[in-house]
Amino acid sequence: MSDQTGSAGVVLKYTVSPDDFTRAGEASSKVKNILKQMGISPDVIRKVSIAMYEGEINMVIHAHGGEITVTITPQEVLMELKDVGPGIEDVEKAMKAGYSTAPEQVRALGFGAGMGLPNMQGCTDEMKVETELGVGTTITMSVHMEDK
Amino acid sequence: MTVKDIQKALAATITTGEEYMDKEITSAFASDMMSEVLAFSKGQSVLITGLCNPQVIRTAEMLDISCIVLIRGKSANEEMIELAKERDLIILETRYIMFSACGILYDLGLEGGTT
Ligand SMILES: Nc1ncnc2c1ncn2[C@@H]1O[C@H](COP(=O)(O)OP(=O)(O)O)[C@@H](O)[C@H]1O
Ligand SMILES: [Mg+2]
Repeated sequence: MSDQTGSAGVVLKYTVSPDDFTRAGEASSKVKNILKQMGISPDVIRKVSIAMYEGEINMVIHAHGGEITVTITPQEVLMELKDVGPGIEDVEKAMKAGYSTAPEQVRALGFGAGMGLPNMQGCTDEMKVETELGVGTTITMSVHMEDK
Repeated sequence: MTVKDIQKALAATITTGEEYMDKEITSAFASDMMSEVLAFSKGQSVLITGLCNPQVIRTAEMLDISCIVLIRGKSANEEMIELAKERDLIILETRYIMFSACGILYDLGLEGGTT
């Protein structure tokens, strides 16, 4: 992890290791702790935690790990999840609740119900999926800080 | 009610978190699918599950769930216990199946919810 503070806000970078289901979620856990220490509102923390964790799990079970960059500014928490996995064939379909290509052994681990992407969208104010078959997937999500 | 009340009602063993037995609990969520818990839980503080892997602990952490009840005689492994300790989480283990564990706790007054 590297941590830079500048005019652009706090920038956090993590590497998600491939095929290590046990460690999946480590980055999300670290980000959650940092947001807590920064005194970010519990509602924002909850939304970021859920969205990033589902995204991180996806990077492990569907891709081969990758890189996560989280940028925290006074306005938003911006998450970029970038992998060089197989890509998503039909994004519209993948966004539908219940759609999953996960094999049975992933379901046995408590995931693979096709609820990750729709939940990520529900938890965030903005979400963009850029994907190319055989090249990889980059998911960008933003949770806005609450306006008081 | 407290975690202690839950532990007694389910004849559960305390795997870790003995020091937090006085924590007040008002609601619970039960599922073996972590994606469901992540999608539908609304601030419940107990997770009742038959899934037994480190992602159960991480899911609880993301949702600020303070107590995990492992049902059907499931037993937390070292990794899970380690993760739970680091996060001040409680793990209880009971032999009850999910239906029974939920019924007993619902009867005691724990709330659930709808989607
Ligand atoms: N990072 C990714 N790389 C490749 N495919 C992905 C990725 N994330 C999601 N997908 C595809 O989108 C589908 C739906 O994802 P999701 O809603 O999280 O459900 P689940 O992970 O339970 O299958 C997955 O089954 C998979 O086919
Ligand atoms: Mg998923």
